[in-house]
Amino acid sequence: MAAAPLREQLSALLSSMFSQGLVDEQFEQLQMLQDEGGTPGFVAEVVTLFCDDAERIIAEIATLLEQPIVSFDKVDAFVHQLKGSSASVGAQKVKFTCMQFRQFCQEKSRDGCLMALAVVRNEFYDLRNKFQTMLQLEQQIQAYDPKQQ
Amino acid sequence: MMLPDGPILVESIPGKIWSKSARDPAFHESPPVLSSHRSTIRGGRSISLPSSMAVATEAQFHVLAVDDSLPDRKLIERLLKTSSFQGTTRFSLLLAALLSQLLWGLASDGRFGSVCAVTAVDSGSKALEFLGLHDHEESPISDQLDVAVNLIITDYCMPGMTGYDLLKKIKESSYLRDIPVVIMSSDNIPSRINRCLEEGADEFLLKPVRLSDMSKLKPHILKSRCKEHYEQEQHLQSNSSCISRDSHKRKAADDEILPSTIRPRHC
Repeated sequence: MAAAPLREQLSALLSSMFSQGLVDEQFEQLQMLQDEGGTPGFVAEVVTLFCDDAERIIAEIATLLEQPIVSFDKVDAFVHQLKGSSASVGAQKVKFTCMQFRQFCQEKSRDGCLMALAVVRNEFYDLRNKFQTMLQLEQQIQAYDPKQQ
Repeated sequence: MMLPDGPILVESIPGKIWSKSARDPAFHESPPVLSSHRSTIRGGRSISLPSSMAVATEAQFHVLAVDDSLPDRKLIERLLKTSSFQGTTRFSLLLAALLSQLLWGLASDGRFGSVCAVTAVDSGSKALEFLGLHDHEESPISDQLDVAVNLIITDYCMPGMTGYDLLKKIKESSYLRDIPVVIMSSDNIPSRINRCLEEGADEFLLKPVRLSDMSKLKPHILKSRCKEHYEQEQHLQSNSSCISRDSHKRKAADDEILPSTIRPRHC
């Protein structure tokens, strides 16, 4: 079956994402919801929404940190939002970096926040790349074997 | 039609009319659409079926979800629709038998999720608007809820009106206060949790919410549904004429007062 090597690739990718702590059991919940609910595309949808949301939030934070006077409360509110949505989709590493980021907000340290933002951004991009690969593999597998998910 | 084992649920679909006992494994199309096309025949009083298209099934429960985060709204919606309460509705039917057919309308197959309609909004003010309560008003125009809502589940941290503020407004309203309210939060702050519970929240869930949390919502929804059916029964019995689609939901004048408000109809 032509889909077999693709399935192996997908399986290996997901395995590594879990073992590296990129995603946690909440992501498993999403997978389970997709299977239990018979709603193919649910994971893709939530993951995509999360990525769009995260991108928007990161941009907002960047803008706030560029201001001559930084409103740390606003930055903190955005980081809190990102922490929340990453927790909801199981984006563990991004969630942890957000938690660290909030420390710098409390300390009202612009440099600290800029550094934390860079870390969050990197972790998010890494995760997003893997999510994109995951979705591509799923689509390719679907093309070979439309009946199976 | 009145069979010995209870009233019959009759649905109509273009070109087809069939009946099923409420105790049979029911149709579980999803998602159920809030429909006013269901007609009931009971106690010898018949109501003409609409000839227009009806949906295959009607939502048995309606949950209003409030969260400013879009991924979270998607998640809570899917959680609600996927959750299944095996065996619950059989118990409820037993209860119903004792309480004189109060819960006859519940699906008998045990899958709560397949009969759960979810409305998701992104703010407390939109939630209040959906519930018929506007910011500038102390009380709604109509004394009846336009859409039956069996549970409100809301995030705590939201810009503008927090989940706590929303909870307070709901509990201050004489006609909304009986709707169970559940608060969700990603922060585990005991004082916050206590404050919400003291204000009347029925449950407090820590985010991220998962499937196992849905079972905590079950008793609140069922209690609310029981009460809703009871009130509908009371209202039906007090009417002498044939029941029209919306008569027990809203006064006709309201349509003129709020023409721009779009509210889903539920019968």
